[in-house]
Amino acid sequence: MPVWTWLGWHKGRATTAWPQRPGDDGQDGVLGLPRLDAARCVASDSGCSDCAAACPASAITLRDGGVQLDYARCVGCQLCTEVCPEGAFSVSHDWAFAVRDKADLLNPGRVAAAPQPADDSADATALAAEIKAFGRSLHIRHVDAGSCNGCESELQALLNPFYNLHRLGIFFTPSPRFADLLLVTGPVTAAMREPLLRTYEAMPQPRWVMAAGTCATGGGTNGGGYACHQGLDGILPVDVWLPGCPPNPAALIEALLLLLRQRAQRVHGGVYEHA
Amino acid sequence: MRHCDTIRLTPAELPAAADSLLSVLGDTPSAHGRMQMAYVCRCAADAVDVIYVLSQGANQPYKVWRVRPDDNALPSLANKLPLLGWYEREMADLYGLRFDGHPEPHPLVLHEGMPRDPAPLAHRFDVQAAALDFTPQPPTVPQVLGPDIQRLPFGPVRADIVESAQFLFFYIGEGILHYHPRLFYKHRAMESRFEGQTLRAGAVLAERVSGIDSVAHALAYAQAVEGAMGWRAPPRARYLRVILAELERLYNHLHYLGHLAKTTTLKVAEAEGHLLEERVKQINARLTGSRFLRGLITPGGLRRDLDISGLDKALDAITADIDSYLLRLENTRSHLDRLMTTGTLPRQVAFDQGATGPIERASDLDRDLRRDHPYANYEKVRFSVPVQQAGDAHARSLVRMEEIHESLAIIRQTIGRTKPGEVLRFEPMEEPDPQGEGLGWVEATRGGLLYAVHLSADRSRLSRVKIKDPSFSNWRVFPFTVEDSNMMDYAINEASFGLSIAGADR
Repeated sequence: MPVWTWLGWHKGRATTAWPQRPGDDGQDGVLGLPRLDAARCVASDSGCSDCAAACPASAITLRDGGVQLDYARCVGCQLCTEVCPEGAFSVSHDWAFAVRDKADLLNPGRVAAAPQPADDSADATALAAEIKAFGRSLHIRHVDAGSCNGCESELQALLNPFYNLHRLGIFFTPSPRFADLLLVTGPVTAAMREPLLRTYEAMPQPRWVMAAGTCATGGGTNGGGYACHQGLDGILPVDVWLPGCPPNPAALIEALLLLLRQRAQRVHGGVYEHA
Repeated sequence: MRHCDTIRLTPAELPAAADSLLSVLGDTPSAHGRMQMAYVCRCAADAVDVIYVLSQGANQPYKVWRVRPDDNALPSLANKLPLLGWYEREMADLYGLRFDGHPEPHPLVLHEGMPRDPAPLAHRFDVQAAALDFTPQPPTVPQVLGPDIQRLPFGPVRADIVESAQFLFFYIGEGILHYHPRLFYKHRAMESRFEGQTLRAGAVLAERVSGIDSVAHALAYAQAVEGAMGWRAPPRARYLRVILAELERLYNHLHYLGHLAKTTTLKVAEAEGHLLEERVKQINARLTGSRFLRGLITPGGLRRDLDISGLDKALDAITADIDSYLLRLENTRSHLDRLMTTGTLPRQVAFDQGATGPIERASDLDRDLRRDHPYANYEKVRFSVPVQQAGDAHARSLVRMEEIHESLAIIRQTIGRTKPGEVLRFEPMEEPDPQGEGLGWVEATRGGLLYAVHLSADRSRLSRVKIKDPSFSNWRVFPFTVEDSNMMDYAINEASFGLSIAGADR
């Protein structure tokens, strides 16, 4: 045992300085959800529907000849970027996709007005006061409501020495009685609906809910049918929606900091803004 | 079905076929042949076939039995071939078939209380249908009676960041009398979701059955489709597939060792294992854009080429740390004390109940699809298949440790042999399978993974996809190592199996 401790100490710090200070977020090369440049789409003239036909998650719809992308259903498979003959979809590294209002995940395509950052200052002040009551720490109860285990793999990664989530005052807790945040993965299977609701009911108020991963935000490829719901919509009130398949650890950290009002929301009206 | 010898049987002939299988192959673990899986395929609007897939030993074609049930019923073979028990119960739950004489005729995939009439897949899967609505009922378990017996239901929401499942323990003091894992809380009807999808979209779905086995699932799927279509991926794609598959094994095994160290309360070893896993995931991301190596494998090859020029150096940078980590684990007495003799799985039980992957190899069953039925380009690389005799948690961890070294060696050899060239090819190299059916197999991190794929008449879409996930096999085996053991060892034993629940539940 002392050998482990001594050698571990000898190796020095493994934890990144990010996000409190500039540093490596660990996501070098990680692809995000595709970017949509609806102005390039010619569907209204040509009747092309290659993207919608290729999308296995039904995230892309063609309405009135225009293309729409619902990031709440997007699994980032990149097929649309390969099939679009006009290059309307392109590969991106946009993965910090957490939003407070699910409507912000819908890119309405060419009818889009300039994205309007929502004014939530009143809400933010109230929430900030609530969070302050916890001494700025946050305790999470995670519930797997039918994930593929990709989301769990990335949630577990938050506790590895590289991300070391505890340094941010954020902890996972076994008991819902001690939890502030219910973090849900998976499309909500028929069998997990009841245990999920009972976990939520066991949490003291105030309490928050995060839908993590595309299954939870909109069902993605795995929602619907006899076995699954289409994510958390209509099942629990959600405070933060984070699509991604799976969301990487840095995206999860950004989403948690968005909940704590320590990070600004990047996505408005389905459009990703770079800091 | 491509790569298979297919025979048609009547329901009445099934028991004799099972008997002859036992006598021809022998029911001893020395034989390589074994029943692999059984599933329902809708062959016409009003009729279903049950398809049994058997392996017949190294480099032999698989064998397929096709049986049309009489009045929705078949004789159960679970008493002769125990590993079929769960397959039959799954078909009974989802398709409403009856298996006469089944020794455990209880619900499996559909929990007690879920509506069973009509069965959810009695008609075609409808993604628009509402999710089953039901009042949960307790599971069917044997009565365990006696003084001082405690009953502990644990889950489905459990401590830590883990997958959902419920474990029921009946125990006295520390001793476990009966253990019942209740799985399928995560059943998502994944196989049905393939129906009607294009061949390309199927690969995206396959990657989302068990996220930490994304490569294995996409690869088994792609190979099954390629068999049905008569395609063969170009050489470069086949080498790159080997690299992707071994990178997946690498990060999974490192995670496994970190988690195992957590259960033996080695905090630093837990942190180091998970840090090494993170470093491999970051290598994955730089190489492919995905920490889970997703978005590349597709029927016909790879969706795009990879630049592997920096991979050698990236792996060199962590190899010494991995070597020293494994060496220290094997020299930590408190760790070994907890693993040795814990959760022993006898060889015969491993064989009869269908153990696969590192679990069977730790119980002295020398089987590995990469060597016995080579796919991708595994026949062109040299590697050894680690086998242990003890069958305990330590043997299971040793097999994985040796596999880490082998994976690194396989990747290095493959980098040296990968020549420039195309990575995607759709021209048939042989006639398509007349029925449009293909079988694909992969030795995944957790064991043998099979995909059986049935294409639509015009071969442009999928009409049925069956997945045999290694964790489905190993979850059936696991309880045999829990009963008569003690509560203190449970977490260590479970970690030593390295099971995925998403894969088992599908």
